[in-house]
Amino acid sequence: MPVKVIVPTPLRRFAAERSSVECEAATVGDALRQLTTSYRELKKHLYTDDGRIRSFVNVYLNDDDIRFLKQEQTRTKDGDTITIVPSIAGGADAARLRLIV
Amino acid sequence: MPIPTDTLKKTPASLNKEEILRYSRHLIMPEIGMEGQLKLKQAQVLLIGTGGLGAPLGMYLTAAGVGRLGLVDFDVVDFTNLQRQITFSTQDVGRKKSEAARERLSGMNPQIQIDAFEMRLTSENALELFKDFDVIVDGTDNFPTRYLINDACVLLGKPNVYGSIFRFEGQATVFGYPGGPCYRCLYPEPPPPGLVPSCAEGGVIGVLPGIVGAIQAMETVKLILGAGDPLAGRLLLFDALGMHFREVKLRKNPACQLCGEHRTITKLIDYEEFCGIRGEETTVAVTAGIPEVTPREFKARLDRGDDLFILDVREPHEYQICNLKGHLIPLGDLPKRVSELDTSREIVAHCRSGKRSADAVEFLQKAGFRKIWNLKGGILAWSDEVDPTVPKY
Repeated sequence: MPVKVIVPTPLRRFAAERSSVECEAATVGDALRQLTTSYRELKKHLYTDDGRIRSFVNVYLNDDDIRFLKQEQTRTKDGDTITIVPSIAGGADAARLRLIV
Repeated sequence: MPIPTDTLKKTPASLNKEEILRYSRHLIMPEIGMEGQLKLKQAQVLLIGTGGLGAPLGMYLTAAGVGRLGLVDFDVVDFTNLQRQITFSTQDVGRKKSEAARERLSGMNPQIQIDAFEMRLTSENALELFKDFDVIVDGTDNFPTRYLINDACVLLGKPNVYGSIFRFEGQATVFGYPGGPCYRCLYPEPPPPGLVPSCAEGGVIGVLPGIVGAIQAMETVKLILGAGDPLAGRLLLFDALGMHFREVKLRKNPACQLCGEHRTITKLIDYEEFCGIRGEETTVAVTAGIPEVTPREFKARLDRGDDLFILDVREPHEYQICNLKGHLIPLGDLPKRVSELDTSREIVAHCRSGKRSADAVEFLQKAGFRKIWNLKGGILAWSDEVDPTVPKY
């Protein structure tokens, strides 16, 4: 099932500046796993060490939040769009960019 | 669903001849008319932040005739703000933002009441400040304040018109609408500090907050009028580069700790601690354990002929603005390019202001580098203290 995963601006630098990635996936989880396999640095930003999606990142299948569907087990179909939406706040100088290592 | 009329000011309002002429383009619209314009006149809106988002917000709400506008900001106008904070002019640099904005907006519309609150919004003052206003608009630039605004609005039952931006992307919605989700329904926890770069580090295209702030102003007017469909329950996503607007559904989270069925948050908390910022450095000074060298010390060592390897951890486009002829490895690429560095050489790492390079030094120390220093204050401090011909940006 070809689906499109939209990469939000804050994460594009970890996905070779791609704004979206197409992949074949049967579930949302499959699509995200393929994305983070192709772009390993993305994994740390999307997932915690114990494999859960980070709490400041939301994932939508088309326009539905997967938390209210079947989480990563939500099945996808041809032409679906998966959108990753991290929280953004605009520009206070207090933030320091950190490497996640 | 309009704002319940009992939350609007009780004193009956009318429009004088000048107001009727000023707002005539509203009055001739059947969707607004005298009734709508009077609702605007009776409305009290509090803008938190008078920066990039606050600029179009303040201007359009002033132009629309919102009866009372509160402007909350503790900051002063900086030269780098002028690229996007269009309320301010060059002469305002150095002035308090809330006061400069109040003056500009009063000139646009002397008929409305504009109150400047030169203060930092905190858990101690938020509830008291918010209680007299009908709508709160979030034009802030940091996570702790966004959570504070959200929590205060939910506790007081006020709508929170939310907008946020990053580089070329924006988000907008209305939280705290009756029956609708709050910010914590969407994001129960903030990102760890430093994960999402600030405008100073990540940059932002100046027009972007102009668009998102204007959307927030539109939503505020709609809430006051009770017109159209507010963005409550929808998150508007704007990609300026592709010029795409998309929408995703926002649902109230039944497990939300603030507005859910079994809420655990019943009062305001320490938001800096919640966001992990308590104890973080907020100035250019680096954390203990990061060895640093001042620009003058660095210059002295170079003049002496010391064999120092200069590592520049900025981005390529920054290197083009100005550089110290260092070896460029952007911070994000450092883990995979660390083999380009020689542990036997003395390395001085720098960035623009000393923050990213401090992170680089910390990373390299963990990777086994022992002869590594952070240039304190970065290339900005180098320009200030050693070579003023180096442009600051």
